[in-house]
Amino acid sequence: MHDFLQQLVNGLSVGAVYALIALGYTMVYGVLRLINFAHGDVYMVGAVIAYELAVKLAGLNSPVWVALPIIFLGAMVGCGALGFTIEYLCYRPLRHRPRLVSLITAIGVSLLLENLFQNRRIFGATPRNLPELLVIRPVLSIAVGASHSPVIVTNLDLISMGLCIAMMLGLSWFVLKTKMGLALRAVSFRVDTASLMGINTNRVISMTFVLGSALAAVAGVVDAMRYQVDPLMGLIPGIKAFVAAVLGGIGSIPGALLGGFLMGLVETLLKGYLPAQYNNYSNAAAFVVLILILLVRPSGLLGKTTVEKV
Amino acid sequence: MLLSVNGLTVCYGVITALREVSIEIDRGEIVALIGANGAGKTTLLRTISGLLKPTGGEISWCPPAAQVKSDAKTLEYFGATKDLVGMRADQIVRLGISHVPEGRQVFANLTVRDNLLLGAFTLRKRSDIEEGLERCFGLFPVLAERKNQRAGTLSGGEQQMLAIGRSLMGRPKLLLLDEPSLGLAPLIVRQIFQIIREINLHGTTILLVEQNAHMALTVANRGYVMQTGRIILSDKAANLLENAEVKKAYLGG
Ligand SMILES: Nc1ncnc2c1ncn2[C@@H]1O[C@H](COP(=O)(O)OP(=O)(O)OP(=O)(O)O)[C@@H](O)[C@H]1O
Ligand SMILES: [Mg+2]
Repeated sequence: MHDFLQQLVNGLSVGAVYALIALGYTMVYGVLRLINFAHGDVYMVGAVIAYELAVKLAGLNSPVWVALPIIFLGAMVGCGALGFTIEYLCYRPLRHRPRLVSLITAIGVSLLLENLFQNRRIFGATPRNLPELLVIRPVLSIAVGASHSPVIVTNLDLISMGLCIAMMLGLSWFVLKTKMGLALRAVSFRVDTASLMGINTNRVISMTFVLGSALAAVAGVVDAMRYQVDPLMGLIPGIKAFVAAVLGGIGSIPGALLGGFLMGLVETLLKGYLPAQYNNYSNAAAFVVLILILLVRPSGLLGKTTVEKV
Repeated sequence: MLLSVNGLTVCYGVITALREVSIEIDRGEIVALIGANGAGKTTLLRTISGLLKPTGGEISWCPPAAQVKSDAKTLEYFGATKDLVGMRADQIVRLGISHVPEGRQVFANLTVRDNLLLGAFTLRKRSDIEEGLERCFGLFPVLAERKNQRAGTLSGGEQQMLAIGRSLMGRPKLLLLDEPSLGLAPLIVRQIFQIIREINLHGTTILLVEQNAHMALTVANRGYVMQTGRIILSDKAANLLENAEVKKAYLGG
């Protein structure tokens, strides 16, 4: 029981990161019907920005409560600008070409970012650790029943889940309650009809990339603190978050959240309960579970099954 | 002249859909555009509203800038003429041209109310939006009853009403209607045409594309007949209704 609860906490903490990345995939897919394969690398750039800022701030001896907000905001702004640029330079000129062209471009952008950041003058191929701004330590320990060791929640778990929930609430408010959010939903439904409403659809599409990239930045900063910073670190979480978005129903914002958390939970539980010698297969096993779910619900858990009248 | 299209040519890749099309619309008119499937009617509307880029020709927009009453006459002062070619669709909407697309294209996943709010996207003042909603619900009471229902669950006729209501939210000067009677029962069609007339009486100029040539020419002042990308005939609607060729090709006898 104790073990299970601990895995649950870990799974939710990891899942929060997948959910944040998955939101970007699903929002961009919503407006452009494009899988932005460079999205995982935007997350990586978020981690790199966090590293650079953390090094500077550690040099200045700034306290953690000053450093953390600066790092998060800096990464969000930087990645937002990167997302804007990627859309403007790489996808917009190809908007009216077959979708496959954009898809291949996305793979190209992904490779470009990965290789660019392996350049020693930019970051370098060797993974690096963040300077210890935030010492990861348990902040909550919850005794469960009669078991001997309590369930442990670290400060990073709290930051990860807390930020994820805050971002979700903010995004839901934006999408459901604001005029630009309504425009975003209209563009997701059909771009040319949205433009007939007087919506500047290019602006909405840019905004979608900026928002999605800023969310990926938050995920990147959390993982920079949890693991290491590495130019190829976006690969696996990028794929997992993509699968999470598909699992939840691509195009659906609540779906991306559900898919992200589910992905994190399944992965962590498998890692925890598979016999040690199979531990390396936990990723593969997670994908198998997800494929099984998709076989039953091909459009994803919360995917659109709307019937349109003609 | 509110809108004049001059020598407009539009291509889809190698296919030329419109060849040197010229039409004119005066303020306050209902102008019908009729023609068989594939004649290029939708293409013309989509080009006027900025969704397609023409390869040649111009589209001039010249709304009256001011009206002055003097000696029982109304004098109109016209503002600068604008060429719509090259403008984005959302900029054209802001000039006062509203397009009800073929097949209605309501936002099926959004509520009726949200659809109407999208129609009011260009409005700033809350009071203007409220007034638009009221006007729309006055014109289409059924929409008021369903305002919190998702648009995709409306019947075809109700969706058409929503599409028209949505396009009126921003108080357009010119309304482009693409086959509003498509797929609707005769009773609903009559209702829709009644409303088109009413909208026009309130001062909105209308360009009406229709397969239902008889209905269209009955409400219109003037009409154009289009065939394989060209305008082949234009006249007063009453004359077109009597025209032997038109009768044979479009009026079933
Ligand atoms: N997206 C497109 N790509 C290529 N050709 C197109 C496209 N849209 C329309 N066409 C062609 O352009 C011509 C004009 O089409 P358009 O839709 O304007 O006709 P229409 O008069 O509106 O017909 P209908 O009454 O059936 O709606 C047709 O020959 C059509 O096949
Ligand atoms: Mg058509």
